Amino acid sequence: MKIEISNGKLFSSKKDHSKQWESVEKIQISNGIISDINPVNSTFKADITIDAKDCYIIPGLIDLNASLREPGYTSKGSIESETRAAAAGGVTTLCCTPDTKPINDSKAVTKLIEELSSNSQHCKVLPLGALTKGLLGEQLSEYAALKDARCVGLSNAYNPIKNLAITKRCFEYAKTHELSVFINPIEPSLHEGVIHENYISTTIGLQGIPSLAETIAVSQLIQLAQATGVHLHLSQLSAADSVKQLAAAKREGILVTADTAIQNLLYTDEQVEDFNSVFHCMPPLRSQIDRLALIEGINSGVIDAISSGHRPHEAAAKQMPFAETEPGISSIEFLLPMAMQLQNQIESNRCLDFSKFVEAMTKGPAKVLKLKDPIIEKGSQANICVFDPSMDYKVDKSTIISTGKNTPLINQSLAGRVIATIFEGQMSYQLQK
Amino acid sequence: MHPLNETGNMPSLQLTETGRLKHFLTVSGLSKELLTEILDTADSLIEVGERNIKSVPLLRGKTIVNLFFEASTRTRSTFELAAKRLSADVLNLNINTSATSKGESLSDMLRNLEAMASDMFVVRHAQSGAAHFIAESVTPGVAIINAGDGWHAHPTQAMLDMLTIRQNKGQFEGLKVAIIGDILHSRVARSQIRSLNTLGVEEVRVIAPETLLPKHVDSLGVSVFYQIEDGLKDIDVIIMLRLQKERMNGALLPSESEYYRLYGLTRARLQHAKTDAIVMHPGPINRGVEIESEVADGEQSVILDQVTNGIAIRMAVMSMAMSGQTEEQNRLQVRSKEENAK
Repeated sequence: MKIEISNGKLFSSKKDHSKQWESVEKIQISNGIISDINPVNSTFKADITIDAKDCYIIPGLIDLNASLREPGYTSKGSIESETRAAAAGGVTTLCCTPDTKPINDSKAVTKLIEELSSNSQHCKVLPLGALTKGLLGEQLSEYAALKDARCVGLSNAYNPIKNLAITKRCFEYAKTHELSVFINPIEPSLHEGVIHENYISTTIGLQGIPSLAETIAVSQLIQLAQATGVHLHLSQLSAADSVKQLAAAKREGILVTADTAIQNLLYTDEQVEDFNSVFHCMPPLRSQIDRLALIEGINSGVIDAISSGHRPHEAAAKQMPFAETEPGISSIEFLLPMAMQLQNQIESNRCLDFSKFVEAMTKGPAKVLKLKDPIIEKGSQANICVFDPSMDYKVDKSTIISTGKNTPLINQSLAGRVIATIFEGQMSYQLQK
Repeated sequence: MHPLNETGNMPSLQLTETGRLKHFLTVSGLSKELLTEILDTADSLIEVGERNIKSVPLLRGKTIVNLFFEASTRTRSTFELAAKRLSADVLNLNINTSATSKGESLSDMLRNLEAMASDMFVVRHAQSGAAHFIAESVTPGVAIINAGDGWHAHPTQAMLDMLTIRQNKGQFEGLKVAIIGDILHSRVARSQIRSLNTLGVEEVRVIAPETLLPKHVDSLGVSVFYQIEDGLKDIDVIIMLRLQKERMNGALLPSESEYYRLYGLTRARLQHAKTDAIVMHPGPINRGVEIESEVADGEQSVILDQVTNGIAIRMAVMSMAMSGQTEEQNRLQVRSKEENAK
């Protein structure tokens, strides 16, 4: 397939932020590769042309943390539905969590995920294998076999690991196989609540999860990473003090990276004051101080990446008293409009620039995954998202592609919309006008 | 899960467009005027309980379902009596043993009960926010009264306490109130603190060890005391909370006896408060754990008044919420007729 994108503002990876967007006349794509940019003479005959006037042309987003729900939880989502939603969100690569049913702790499950995702061809799916068998936190899973099956890392999702000795051995064995460990930092004995422990939990009488539940775990995990030499990736940081510890660890040269989920950048625990279960998240939405520290962490580069933390649910999972509902937001389809909201937040003077967001969802995660730097240039693989920042629209529940309609954005007017996503030179999404 | 409206705010769930009560879920967000209206209505209904024929026809023909997911004797029976004195038909459901243990979801069960043409649910549930959830899920026109949800709210208990305080002290201005005990797990305390502050008392104190206080409890508008003797100084109203036995697990307290030694309300300690201070307790009382028998039964105790007032308060909020619902349904009908006419 031959695709031509005309006009638009191209995201460049130059250090100088004022020159981050370059006007471009034509980008030509054939055989999965960017064959030319602004050619002088061209006999290129495109099968599809995309008019990107006033649009941003950015590398396809890379998401370090999405739950695709398959195998096992197809009432919440399937690899087909969720990767299609990802493409509509501008994502061309994503890491899927191992908390499926059966759990992805074997070659067979990884192969199944690979097969289902390559059949649907909406984006590249990189599975994370289970750090422990059955995610029970007791025994090592077969890392060598998981690596053979092309797992890019290991994770225990939100499940606790029985003790630090087992965590240490997991790290040592992962190091042996040169696999990164993606850990959600949680100290289970402090993690009994459902929302952030603060004023709101006190007011509405929901059991709180103190920030300590995360920050104590971060401190232990960093020490274990230092001792074992494994590449530790901290998934979905939520607390201000975690950012501080991460910065200190990086200064010491410890091999540690981290991401934070988009919802923790955008929302705080004040959203749950009316028991609105759509904001029931894991890790919980924390205070404004935490939120601003996370934004600062992205701006300074201490936090390497932003992830979707995408958790699609069927309606019934959210239709119960708050504490009985399942945590998570379906977010992968709306990453860029959410980034626009982040940029436009004027009540805090520390907002997140859109180009910083793009870096934290392209360059940043590529580095974590040790992938080639995603740059739109002649000769590179054509993973591209075309985003119109000025197109306004109202989110209609029936048009959401993800099986999970659990997003607070329903009926909201959003600024900015993905026009097209190109994955390995093919159109994986095109907005129907 | 509920969608936000266009401005991103939650429309007030428990008030009609004209600001009248249509559900009673929490005292939070209600004005001083509305709380006073509840107290005044209750006052006028107290007299019903003193008649030979103890009923008025305010809710005749209405069906009220007492939906109790948690065991309760006092609250459930006062709600039942209140409904009967308003001439409503009452159905009592204790759910511990029934539908939900068979795997039926809460929403499905509600739909079934609605199909029986119920007009009001009185709900007690172990989860904070359960009454909010039910109020969002039921068909318009059905009123929800929160009879206690998790650690969140117990608004009828708080209002019957306010009525008791007003009867004994005449007004709220200038009063100093101390709440003693397990604030952390107490929906009663949360609703009381909110009501007392809305009604304009001078000071609300909480007296407890740190393990029984929620984080940033001062944000509720209270001052914190660890020592009961200090906390009781100049106090007009003492509210004791029940101590659950299971608090000894999980290292919240070492023992009942140490708790009683430090926080139990004894005659000697009562001396630290004002001489005309009243003593309240939402019940059931643990004699010798949080309160000395002589204090519970003494002349400063108004514990039994609280129970009597409970019936009047519940009659008041039930009739107010039902009339709020009727008013709103009428308004919606008129509006839809007008729209059809266009």
